[in-house]
Amino acid sequence: MTNAVDIRKVTKVFGTFTALHGVSLSIRDNEFFTLLGPSGCGKTTLLRLMAGFEEVSGGEILLFGQNIASLEPNLRPVNTVFQQYALFPHMSVIDNVAFGLKMKGWTLPKRRARAGEMLEMVHLSDFADRLPTQLSGGQQQRVALARALAPQPKVLLLDEPLSALDLKLRQAMRMELKQLQQGTGITFIFVTHDQEEALTMSNRIAVMSAGRVQQIGTPREIYETPVNRFVADFIGETNLLEVEVAAIAGDQAEVILPGGQRVTCSSATTEKGRHHLSVRPERVTLGTVGSGMQAVVEQVVYLGTDLQVLVRLDGGTAMQVRIQNAARTEVPSPGTRVGLTLEEGAARLLAD
Amino acid sequence: MALRSVRHYPGFLAVTVLCLVVLYAPLVVVTAYSFNDSPSITTWGGLSLRWYVDVFTGPEAPRFRAAAWNSLSIAFLAATIATGIATAAALAMLRAGKFKGRSLTFALINLPLMVPEIVIAVATLIFFTMIGFTTGYLTILIAHITFCIPFAYLPIAARLQGIDGSYEAAARDLYATRAQSFFLVLLPLMAPGVVSGYLLAFIISLDDFIITNFVKGAGMETLPTAIFGSVKQGIKPNIMAISTLMLAVSILFVTLSYFINRKGR
Repeated sequence: MTNAVDIRKVTKVFGTFTALHGVSLSIRDNEFFTLLGPSGCGKTTLLRLMAGFEEVSGGEILLFGQNIASLEPNLRPVNTVFQQYALFPHMSVIDNVAFGLKMKGWTLPKRRARAGEMLEMVHLSDFADRLPTQLSGGQQQRVALARALAPQPKVLLLDEPLSALDLKLRQAMRMELKQLQQGTGITFIFVTHDQEEALTMSNRIAVMSAGRVQQIGTPREIYETPVNRFVADFIGETNLLEVEVAAIAGDQAEVILPGGQRVTCSSATTEKGRHHLSVRPERVTLGTVGSGMQAVVEQVVYLGTDLQVLVRLDGGTAMQVRIQNAARTEVPSPGTRVGLTLEEGAARLLAD
Repeated sequence: MALRSVRHYPGFLAVTVLCLVVLYAPLVVVTAYSFNDSPSITTWGGLSLRWYVDVFTGPEAPRFRAAAWNSLSIAFLAATIATGIATAAALAMLRAGKFKGRSLTFALINLPLMVPEIVIAVATLIFFTMIGFTTGYLTILIAHITFCIPFAYLPIAARLQGIDGSYEAAARDLYATRAQSFFLVLLPLMAPGVVSGYLLAFIISLDDFIITNFVKGAGMETLPTAIFGSVKQGIKPNIMAISTLMLAVSILFVTLSYFINRKGR
């Protein structure tokens, strides 16, 4: 099957600054794909290159097999939902939604009918004749979605569309976006710096940093088997411990933890020597002294559903552990000595 | 401690009154005396519209009518053309990315605001004479277009600067060509600035005396030069009536410009 989008060795240079260093990735048809990374990592630039707002400095962008890298934006069958929505303030909601259809030459009755359906889909039928400025942020967001989906693009590009909404609305919109994607069957390419957003909505995620793709995978792969320090650190919370590798075979490694204990874990590197070990705080259990890594509890932070326990290992390294705030949870008090045991899959050896 | 209101600053009242009197007393006097029913410009002879009637039907009426027609048609044409050029210039300056000589271009567009008007007047006249151009309606029009451009440019550029580039991107993304994106999205958003620039250019052209007087040629008059010519032979109350009419037109335009700009926000 042809991929929806194939990015092949795409480079983008702005003056003396290189925003993208030969990025290659493939996005499958009917996929919810997320470009995730901190600001300045090149994710928005990549999206703008796909939309045609910027020209590539090198490389190809294939849309269902056709190279679109040098096409004007109006000739590309992709539509964009902008970060600040960019709804035309001088047009009514329904005219905004029908704009793309008008440009494609649809007749007035046909485009009115289609725009009406789109507004129904986003539950805004009653607001058709209002101006965008008369709507709330969440409503404007829905109009932007309806406007971008109305011409039935082959791919929908979303540039941090939820970042302007407040938390509750953002969470509700995540589910709605996911349902819209499944309902329409259109490939969504979503740009965000919010890892929680990426994990909850995406089929696959590309983690980007400094103009390069660091890792591509499902949310579970990205979270549980990060390939390097950047990915492990950026996605979720983690403890990074410097460890000595005792033995390595395939994707398994035996490492020596601080305190001398040896554990086997999955590995992203095939080289021996000193590497960083990522230990997810929610996969560590606090036990009694004598078992696992020895540590002293320094502080307990109350987070509601969780408790964050800050400990210091005997070697001097600081770590954090997450425990659930269940009714029977025993809360350790600062100063207590504890033993830390790693659950299965808690640790992963990283390439640097 | 609360900040003191500016009204309580020492000398506020005196300075304010002085400024207002110096600025507006002449206008008030001219406006009031334009309704004076007396051939003297200094003694009050009761309320009357006779000088307004005189402007339109009196012995000088044909001269004033021709001058007014010249002034209005030149202002209309000059403002229209200057606004078109200024809009294009603003687009080039603010939407074409960075290009070589951008600062120089900005300086060139706005230079006429800084150069003393008399210098432009003399230079323009010398230029027209050198290239053998007959002075008249056309030379006035060309000169007016030139000095109207920066006045039209300022409000248009200010407006355009406040319009986010994502509207045009959204239009292009939704299958609009460059032209469609400009006419259907950007231009309507710029409209308040464009109208403001147009009105400003219109008033500046209508009001110009120095440059016009140099390049107008023999037998050609606009309202300001006609008024000046008339005043040289002694001030008559009909001049006050014309002045008041021009003042009214100016106030109307500036007010329009203000409200259009405010509505656009």
